[in-house]
Amino acid sequence: MPLLEVRDLTVRHGQLQALTGVSLAVEAGETLAIIGANGAGKSTLLRTIAGLHAPAAGSVVLDGRDVTRLRPHRRVAEGIVLVPEGRRLFPSLTVEENLLVGAHRDRGAGAWGLARVLELFPWMGERRRQLTVQLSGGEQQAVAIGRALMANPRVLLLDEVSLGLAPAVVRRLYDLLPELLRSGVTVLLVEQDVSHALRVADRAQCLLEGRTTLEGRPSELTADQVEAAYFGLRGAVAWSG
Amino acid sequence: MVWLNALIQGLLLGGLYALFACGLSLMFGVMRVVNLAHGDFAVLAAFLALPVIDVLHVPVLAAALLVAPAFALLGYGVQRLVIQRSLDVGPLTTLLVTFGLAIVIQNGLLQGLSANSRSLDIGPLASASFRLNGQVSVGTLSLLIFATAVVVLLTLQALLSRTAMGRRIRAAADDQEAARIVGTDTRHVFGVAAAIAFATIALAGMAFGMYSSFDPSIGPQRLIFAFEAVVIGGLGSLWGTLAGGMVLGVAQTLGAQVDPSFGVLAGHMVFLAVLAFRPAGLIPARVT
Repeated sequence: MPLLEVRDLTVRHGQLQALTGVSLAVEAGETLAIIGANGAGKSTLLRTIAGLHAPAAGSVVLDGRDVTRLRPHRRVAEGIVLVPEGRRLFPSLTVEENLLVGAHRDRGAGAWGLARVLELFPWMGERRRQLTVQLSGGEQQAVAIGRALMANPRVLLLDEVSLGLAPAVVRRLYDLLPELLRSGVTVLLVEQDVSHALRVADRAQCLLEGRTTLEGRPSELTADQVEAAYFGLRGAVAWSG
Repeated sequence: MVWLNALIQGLLLGGLYALFACGLSLMFGVMRVVNLAHGDFAVLAAFLALPVIDVLHVPVLAAALLVAPAFALLGYGVQRLVIQRSLDVGPLTTLLVTFGLAIVIQNGLLQGLSANSRSLDIGPLASASFRLNGQVSVGTLSLLIFATAVVVLLTLQALLSRTAMGRRIRAAADDQEAARIVGTDTRHVFGVAAAIAFATIALAGMAFGMYSSFDPSIGPQRLIFAFEAVVIGGLGSLWGTLAGGMVLGVAQTLGAQVDPSFGVLAGHMVFLAVLAFRPAGLIPARVT
């Protein structure tokens, strides 16, 4: 049984249908990457899984339990934690306070805590009393990831980690994934930058205009297939999942 | 020397204004709610203290220890059941809803308790004072209220900056959605912030009741002073609120020294001047 399952999810923003019958399944310990162009519905998908949007149809199931009706903070208690697009750190809190806010009393038992996060990002220790506006973009992204880890997620949702960051910084952040997986975290990530996503993911799924157009293992996907599914070129329909 | 006396009285009066305004500042800083019923809740607290004192035969200060927690509970309930619903609809709705609450409280008190002026009897404390020299004397009550204001602000500061709940309150004030996705029940957190604010409203309402008389319709008049203290000090800044209260108090007492009818007007003029020349307030800051 997959750890996280999304079944036929349809989400509307007013008149706009952001997602149409999207399904996905992530096995425990796996990394699934959702790729797609701007406006494909990737962020909407993650935000719906985190509980920020109510779907018009479909369900979100964690470890066999339907969590579709749970509010966001209850989903964190169940182990679904989102690292949002744009990082969304708390500007009036210090680095350490940002991390501590991420801790959840229902998820205290687990591999992650303040000490372990500071071990993962050694530079944070001496800058823990600083406000996050004093950090670089990559450092802020690291705090956002650390804040999510504090809740000992079962499923970590990563939304556009690469946004606004230099490729080398993005690479360093994604290089942390194996360690997260080893600690028992399952990762569902969303990425515009296909090369990063395909490098780190076990499986990839491409969204176009709110529908799945391609899915498979990165090693089995050809560049032409990905390009066609990503931009909606002819021939991609055959891969529709 | 009369000016020095007026200055000192004004600074101490500022403590009362700050005590009264910090709840307004907190609710605005955290929930972005402008509580137009703030003054009326303070009056309600004073009216609630009357039977507590009568029935239990306890001094006013002991009654405060009962009324403040009761008001904290009331604040949590009002936030969760009334204000949160209006917040979910839109920011302007909270103005309408709190305005409605103000009218309900005023008329409820008027209906149930008549329009008579009341005051909280504190016995000899009302006139107790000590002289600094021949012409300057300080009222013991004013000083007590000022000290209470400072203690309340220090406590608020410590709550917000040193406790886990305070951290969550500040996080929710910064970015509500981000707070929710890291596991914060923002509705509960807002309820707690309202509870804290209402406890300070109760203390301020009772302080007003000891300082002067009150009647069911006086809330809105007092609310203006709280607004002025908050705006002069800087929105969302607790210590700014104390500074704002003191500036307002000094403006009023110095104004009254020029002409007794000029006091309140002088306060309004300082408020206008701050709005015109320093709209962010004297100490602009976040709720920290």
